[in-house]
Amino acid sequence: MAKAAVKKPASAPATALVECRPALAGREASGSNVKVSVLPPAERISLRAPEASVAALSRALGVTLPQKPKTSASKNGRTVLWLGPDEWFVIDEAGGNPLDDCTNAKALHSAVGVSHRNVAFAVSGAGAQATVSAGCPQDLSLDAFPVGACSRTVLGKSEILLYRPAADAFRVECWRSFSDYVFTFLTEAARDAAA
Amino acid sequence: MLLIHCPYCEEERPEIEFRNAGEAHIARPSDIASISDADFEKFFFIRDNTKGLVYERWRHVHGCARFFNAVRDSVSDKFVMTYKAGEPKPKKLPGAGK
Repeated sequence: MAKAAVKKPASAPATALVECRPALAGREASGSNVKVSVLPPAERISLRAPEASVAALSRALGVTLPQKPKTSASKNGRTVLWLGPDEWFVIDEAGGNPLDDCTNAKALHSAVGVSHRNVAFAVSGAGAQATVSAGCPQDLSLDAFPVGACSRTVLGKSEILLYRPAADAFRVECWRSFSDYVFTFLTEAARDAAA
Repeated sequence: MLLIHCPYCEEERPEIEFRNAGEAHIARPSDIASISDADFEKFFFIRDNTKGLVYERWRHVHGCARFFNAVRDSVSDKFVMTYKAGEPKPKKLPGAGK
């Protein structure tokens, strides 16, 4: 399933039986100091591995898996988020296939393609922190949640993955079926953050 | 909001990221088919439900998703301490009298 996702529309046969239609594609909302936009589809995998496999998987993926809580690592358009003591979330926005790369690692691991399970939003601008804080109970000040920090947490009534690529930008990932709720929530929050 | 220290995330997180998972330190019988109905009832249903300090399993379900153990006061709701799953019951609690 994940392999099918990698195919670009150009290489797909003329009579494609399955059409990949990303949820909320191209939607955007903005307040005076914050912008909420839906990010283009990306390759994603959920990775579980014991400590002994970390080095081999880091080599296979080309990114060193972060070992400290709430940290991430990013290289060549590929971002690895620490989710738990033996759990990582890999996002590839450069068109690579992390699932295939993992098969090159002989060390024990479990990699599951979840590219189409998630929809990602970018929240950017001076009001980004206020916008996300409208529904996220964590302390998102730069002291507690610095650039590069990431965490699985909640936004309103939905579970999200939160990643901070820059001081005034957040990446919010949620399950596809929650995307409508999360986008509406962020849109309303952006309006409040601007006020 | 109540803050709970997650031993895996190594920091205090808001309570709505967590979920209670019942009493801690209840070992599953190694050969569950051979125990009597009375013993099974005791293992499966009977809980202490003490007033005061309780040892509980909690799960950081909207965080690292790991189970861990917590010592909590069931009257004041105050968390005394948390520790990783699989670790033995702490002999000495922080703040307890000598």
